[in-house]
Amino acid sequence: MGMRVVLEHLTKVFPNRNRKIHSDVIAVNDFSFEIPDGQLVGLLGPSGCGKSTTLNLICGLETPTSGKIIFGDDDVTRLPPENRGVGFVFQNYALYPHLTVLENILFPLQNLKGSAKLSKEEMLRRARDAARLVQIDTLLDRKPSEMSGGQQQRVAIARALVKMPRVLLLDEPLSNLDARLRLQTREEIRRIQQETKITTIFVTHDQEEAMSISDMIVVMKDGVVQQIGRPQDVYDSPINLFVAKFLGTPPINVFEGRVKNGRLFAGENDILPAKGVSDREVYVGIRPEGFILDENGPLACGLTRVEVMGRDTSVVSTHPAAQSVSIRSIISAENRVDTDSKTVRFSVKPAKVFIFDRETEERIRFSAD
Amino acid sequence: MANQVDYERIGRAARARSLAGKAVIYALLTLWALMVLFPFYWMVLSSVKSYSAYNSEYVPRFFTLSPTLQNYADAFTAVSLGRYFLNTLIFTLVTTAVMLAVVVLAAFAFARLEFKGKNIAFTLFLSLMMIPNELVVITNFVTITNLGLRNTFTGLILPSVTSVFYIYLLKENFEQIPGELYRAAKVDGTSDFKYLLRVMLPISQPTIVTITILKIIECWNAYVWPRLITDNEAYFLVSNGIQEIRENGFGRENIPAMMAAVVVISVPLIVLFLIFHKKIMAGVSRGGTKG
Amino acid sequence: MKNNNLKGWLYLLPAILFLGCFMVYPLIDVLVYSFEEGYNFASQTSFGLGLYNYAYVLHDGYFLQAVKNTFILVIITVPLSTGVALLISLGLNAIKPLRNLYQTIYFLPYVTNTLAVGLVFMILFKKTAYTDGMVNLLIHFFGGESVDFIDGPYWAKMFVMCFYTVWVVMPFKVLILTSALASVNPDYYRAARVDATPKRRIFTRITLPMISPMVFYLIITGFIGAFKAYSDEVALFGTDLNAAGMNTIVGYVYDMLYGDSGGYPSYASAAALILFVIVLTITCVNLLVSKKHVHY
Repeated sequence: MGMRVVLEHLTKVFPNRNRKIHSDVIAVNDFSFEIPDGQLVGLLGPSGCGKSTTLNLICGLETPTSGKIIFGDDDVTRLPPENRGVGFVFQNYALYPHLTVLENILFPLQNLKGSAKLSKEEMLRRARDAARLVQIDTLLDRKPSEMSGGQQQRVAIARALVKMPRVLLLDEPLSNLDARLRLQTREEIRRIQQETKITTIFVTHDQEEAMSISDMIVVMKDGVVQQIGRPQDVYDSPINLFVAKFLGTPPINVFEGRVKNGRLFAGENDILPAKGVSDREVYVGIRPEGFILDENGPLACGLTRVEVMGRDTSVVSTHPAAQSVSIRSIISAENRVDTDSKTVRFSVKPAKVFIFDRETEERIRFSAD
Repeated sequence: MANQVDYERIGRAARARSLAGKAVIYALLTLWALMVLFPFYWMVLSSVKSYSAYNSEYVPRFFTLSPTLQNYADAFTAVSLGRYFLNTLIFTLVTTAVMLAVVVLAAFAFARLEFKGKNIAFTLFLSLMMIPNELVVITNFVTITNLGLRNTFTGLILPSVTSVFYIYLLKENFEQIPGELYRAAKVDGTSDFKYLLRVMLPISQPTIVTITILKIIECWNAYVWPRLITDNEAYFLVSNGIQEIRENGFGRENIPAMMAAVVVISVPLIVLFLIFHKKIMAGVSRGGTKG
Repeated sequence: MKNNNLKGWLYLLPAILFLGCFMVYPLIDVLVYSFEEGYNFASQTSFGLGLYNYAYVLHDGYFLQAVKNTFILVIITVPLSTGVALLISLGLNAIKPLRNLYQTIYFLPYVTNTLAVGLVFMILFKKTAYTDGMVNLLIHFFGGESVDFIDGPYWAKMFVMCFYTVWVVMPFKVLILTSALASVNPDYYRAARVDATPKRRIFTRITLPMISPMVFYLIITGFIGAFKAYSDEVALFGTDLNAAGMNTIVGYVYDMLYGDSGGYPSYASAAALILFVIVLTITCVNLLVSKKHVHY
């Protein structure tokens, strides 16, 4: 049912309206990506990174300045949205407030013309199927205002799915829901996508959301794609400091450091061997789970407090070379930390340590053996 | 590949359609804009044509090569246009000022003060909004006549100084100011009246401006009441003046002079509008009705 | 607490005084007037109470003419002006460049003195010995016969009256509808586009229901305003509207009260109350209809 989506050198420039600044705004810059058939892809980045513009370009609500968009084998770059066969779920759902749930879901079907036109019974059957898929088939007579945010979200998805789109697009699908519903709804989106096998692209600024359900994630910043890959691969092997910082909760700990004579220093602490890297100033990123409690470990930190969270223990400490006020490490709860002590020492797991060039912030690969 | 060509054509056709649609829209909008502007153009044009030139044009011309200001001089000398102007100015300023005071006090009482009978009083006020002016004008006419206040500013102004609608509008606005501010002022020992002047009025300034502008427009265009209450030319407002000019002034056929008078009385409000057009339009869309 | 009570009423006092004198008292008084038979303005006496004033007014040819004129005016101008305003607002909503300029121009008639501009309309439509006037020139151009719209046949005068009324009420309606249209969340239109909704269907199924409360507001205020038409007519046809055959109900009320034909506050009151009842009835009908059709 799904469809391959190809973006080739996609660029969108918005002419600048603010006369004080004389440059145009490049919302999306040279975006190339092939989304394989039937995948769930998350477009991820901070606000203003161009992810929503990308979604609008794929949908056809915006026209690219240059580049191509291909659905299957068709070049749809200049095609208006109504001819593209896409389903779009808006951030605020855009449910018509004066229509019931059923009427809302029927709406796209009633627009079909010519040979695509359906009989009344067929429309009703398909609307009911869509409603059942998103589990709102008991609420068909309600008005949107009489439903919870989560239910409205489901109606919006049903309305997008009912015309059997080739591609399903969701703009910040979870941002208007509270924390508990968010967890539930993201499972739901995953389930629906797997049942329908429709190629699905969604936009989010919440990395946890993207990581948890996507087959692939695309991390963007300032209109430029930073990294594309499976969530775990991107997490385990970020391409630059931005991606490393953006993924993961708690976030990665960053130290100022340097490589000298094949050794990696975080501040003054010699933490690892770093072979294959010439001497230079670097940023050292250590994932919270990359710390090992070690009385003789090389990384000496001032202990602030210990937070016990059942399975894990979170150690909050300080380090003179750290970029943030505190560094947070997660260790197994079996390790006991002496909370009276003023200091704590760690050694680190090499696979969880990344180094980045101080100037370009690009990742530098090194070998710790 | 055939498929691709097809898509290209759909896309092109859709763009062409939307372009053609835009052209039609602009044409129609321009047409209406011309219908709106034409009377204004015609009044300015006629007002600068000389009397003889105007009357010799059996087919009116759309421009004039020898504009004259003589008509404007006539408008101020042959009839007392200056007097009408001054009267309207006095009437407008006094009415607006008194109305603001009355309306602000009442709105403050309804919005912030607690007193017995407030809710009933407010309901009664609201129900007065439904009463059309035409219904009460008859008795007011009789009242003012019996008081001997015809042909006085007092008679002109008194019945026009309250507006239930503006009280309502301002009360709603006052109520949006957080109550903590009021309690904080009370703790500091500020009197109610001082609080109203120093805190509420400045915060509600946009609404006050809206009300003021709407009332000024209303006063400037007032016709019915002034006509009933004045028959002495010394107290005519511009609307009555223009009607008087139409029926008796300049000799009936001196249309250029008439148009000059029309231009003169239209200019103040148009200037006011051009300066404040954003505020006026926002204010009217929030709660103005004409008449 | 007692102090507070006093203070509240004190703040209300000016408003109560003015409203009492010039709104509440007249309201009662106008009822009394309308039932007082043979009221004499000079001696301020009457014979007694009864329905004679109403009977007189309802049999007065001038009043019936005024009612007819007013109803024709209402029936033509309210739907026409609302419809045209809707079209203009939709047009404005569809464009971006020059939109503010058009909006400002369209609003201009609102701030002008209707008496003054009415004079310009009179000149544009009037036919005199010296000139056929601007509008007749246009009619000639398209091969028509010239008509005196101001002192000529009834339909021609009615046409000018309706035309001018529409011209005058348009700014308010366009403004209200434009802001109603602008406040519809653009996502609805984007959603409709993605769903390939035809233009006409977007209008009837999305736009119109969304702005229906404002449309009904305009229809209701439009009816009320048009029933009270008066000064526009004076501007076009002069103060002696009865002679021109173009009087309105409100015009009739004022003529009964004042001027050459005046001095009959009882008849005026009866006519004003009849008008009030008509307007009230139509407003109630409007509200009932709008309850059925306005969706939220």
